[in-house]
Amino acid sequence: MGKLITEPNIPDPDGFYEELVGLHEGLTEAQSAAVNARLVLILANQVGDREVLSEAMEAARKAAENGIDRQEG
Amino acid sequence: MAQSLGQRIFETPLYPYRRSPDQKAGAPVRHKVVVVGAGPIGLAAGIDLAQQGVPVVILDENDKVSHGSRAICFAKRPLEILDRLGCGERMVEKGVTWNIGKVFFGDRKVYEFDLLPESGHKRPAFINLQQYYLEQYMVDRVRELEAAGAPIELRGRNRVEAVGVHDDHVRLEISTPEGPYNLEAEWLIACDGARSPIRSMLGLDFVGKVFEDNFLIADVVMEADFPTERWFWFDPPFNPGQSALLHKQPDNVWRIDFQIGWDIDRKEELKEENVRRRLHAMLGEDAKFDLEWLSIYTFQCRRMEKFRHGRVIFAGDAAHQVSPFGARGANSGFQDTDNLAWKLKLVIEGKAPEDLLESYDAERIFAADENILNSTRSTEFITPKSPASRLFRDAVLDLSEHFEFARPLVNAGRLSVPSIYDESPLNGPDDADLPRRTRPGAPAADAPTREGWLIDRLGNRFQILAIGTDAPEHFEEAGVDVEVVRLSPDESPEFRERWLGEAPGAVYLMRPDQHVVARWQAFDDAAMRAALRRAIGLE
Ligand SMILES: Cc1cc2nc3c(=O)[nH]c(=O)nc-3n(C[C@H](O)[C@H](O)[C@H](O)COP(=O)(O)OP(=O)(O)OC[C@H]3O[C@@H](n4cnc5c(N)ncnc54)[C@H](O)[C@@H]3O)c2cc1C
Repeated sequence: MGKLITEPNIPDPDGFYEELVGLHEGLTEAQSAAVNARLVLILANQVGDREVLSEAMEAARKAAENGIDRQEG
Repeated sequence: MAQSLGQRIFETPLYPYRRSPDQKAGAPVRHKVVVVGAGPIGLAAGIDLAQQGVPVVILDENDKVSHGSRAICFAKRPLEILDRLGCGERMVEKGVTWNIGKVFFGDRKVYEFDLLPESGHKRPAFINLQQYYLEQYMVDRVRELEAAGAPIELRGRNRVEAVGVHDDHVRLEISTPEGPYNLEAEWLIACDGARSPIRSMLGLDFVGKVFEDNFLIADVVMEADFPTERWFWFDPPFNPGQSALLHKQPDNVWRIDFQIGWDIDRKEELKEENVRRRLHAMLGEDAKFDLEWLSIYTFQCRRMEKFRHGRVIFAGDAAHQVSPFGARGANSGFQDTDNLAWKLKLVIEGKAPEDLLESYDAERIFAADENILNSTRSTEFITPKSPASRLFRDAVLDLSEHFEFARPLVNAGRLSVPSIYDESPLNGPDDADLPRRTRPGAPAADAPTREGWLIDRLGNRFQILAIGTDAPEHFEEAGVDVEVVRLSPDESPEFRERWLGEAPGAVYLMRPDQHVVARWQAFDDAAMRAALRRAIGLE
């Protein structure tokens, strides 16, 4: 990992998290997935840097794989 | 089906069978170059070689132009090549140009775009024209060359049945309405299309991806007051879950393309009443139209591992096949023969080693991979292969209605642009202070000059462009004559921007296919000689 920020960088973690979960309130699973997809695209455009985006995708995929490992183990 | 002008064109034999003296010659007659296939790419190969004085015979099992319109979108670089082959003008005169595109998602228009073409080019970014017109103009050009005494022959209803490959020639067994005969070719160019019988005869591979989807094409003739625009629908109410495309061609013909999925009954789908039902759902109940051509196609993205196999060289669809999104089939095929003709000529004349032809493989396989990559990406966007892919596709389309940032992500086919052979073994030195756009490996960037379009002054031979610097009157190396073209930095603002940038002057070495070999800011005799030798495979 090179350019991806992996240290805490969000000033108000609890508030942010509450807002993120709240965003999905009352939505069906499909609507929720669509909101997430749009959010990813909006944030990706904000980041812009292709290297950072690649690192972020890799990080997201890796974390999930560990999760699957844990569940299966 | 309704009669129309187009149908008559593609139902008339344009190059009917005529007996050749070769059929009666006791032993097989040997020709320098035989081209198999008189589709757009075979015709281009024949015209290019004949124009440069290399004798060529083109064989086709058929005697008519392409059945139905097939390719309709021709991009700028192929138009420049067709100009060099003497067929571009008629195409552009007949073709239609569009700049406005509209994108629909579900029942709403999400955005529209204007392509805003860059100024200072002879040719537009692309035109729409039925493939049968293109082929007709090319056959006319063959006739014109023939009449002028150029060494070219086009033999209709000559089907190649078998080939025998030898070290220094290829033997062909040909069938005609009057029975079989044999020929020999020093070089064989196989332009026999996606199903290439020659490829099968040689047992060669054609690997890649087959997409499990069908597309219904209807070319309809209507006196519609639709504007000349390209309309693309994702998931429209008249074709739920699928895509559709509306595109204008000359003669009030409209290309309508429906994605219809994998599990279909072809015969049912092609029934006129069913097609009409689809079209009315799309165009409105009162729309009036005639059907010119109907077809269902599937597609593949694949290529041969190598395009050159000794004395047999593959080009066009025979060598590579892409999905139609982005119109890269014929467009890339023209760049194959553009690349091949001058190299083959030098090899036949004994001025270049056979190895020069390996650079055809290197450059055109690179281009084929680029085309396959682009058309595979478009295909994924238009027909998402997984739920996650569809989720992001729909998210992009939803966002594109409100935010400009999402629009470049919408991929309904990327316009075919020429490959830049950055890694070509033929490239010579670069001067990085000159504009990137005209770096070694790039095709010439057109611009106005005082004596007309730059592109019209380039091609068919090696050339030195001396721009605002000294260069010798004549230049020759390794038996190759190089023409010196003197240009001023002030030919036009576009010329300066594309060829000089901030530099006061520059010297370019150009290939016969209008690609840049090498460039410097001043003429250096030794460097120029080395670059030319490298460009013809001598070092
Ligand atoms: C629906 C559709 C839309 C398309 N749209 C576009 C577009 O907009 N832009 C674009 O650039 N491309 C487009 N294409 C692709 C384009 O049509 C092809 O890439 C192009 O026709 C390839 O030309 P070709 O000369 O390589 O092969 P073909 O046109 O297939 O010609 C091959 C020729 O070889 C002959 N032949 C075959 N076997 C033998 C034999 N044994 N002996 C003698 N002759 C033989 C055949 O009769 C034929 O004439 C489209 C294709 C389709 C189907």
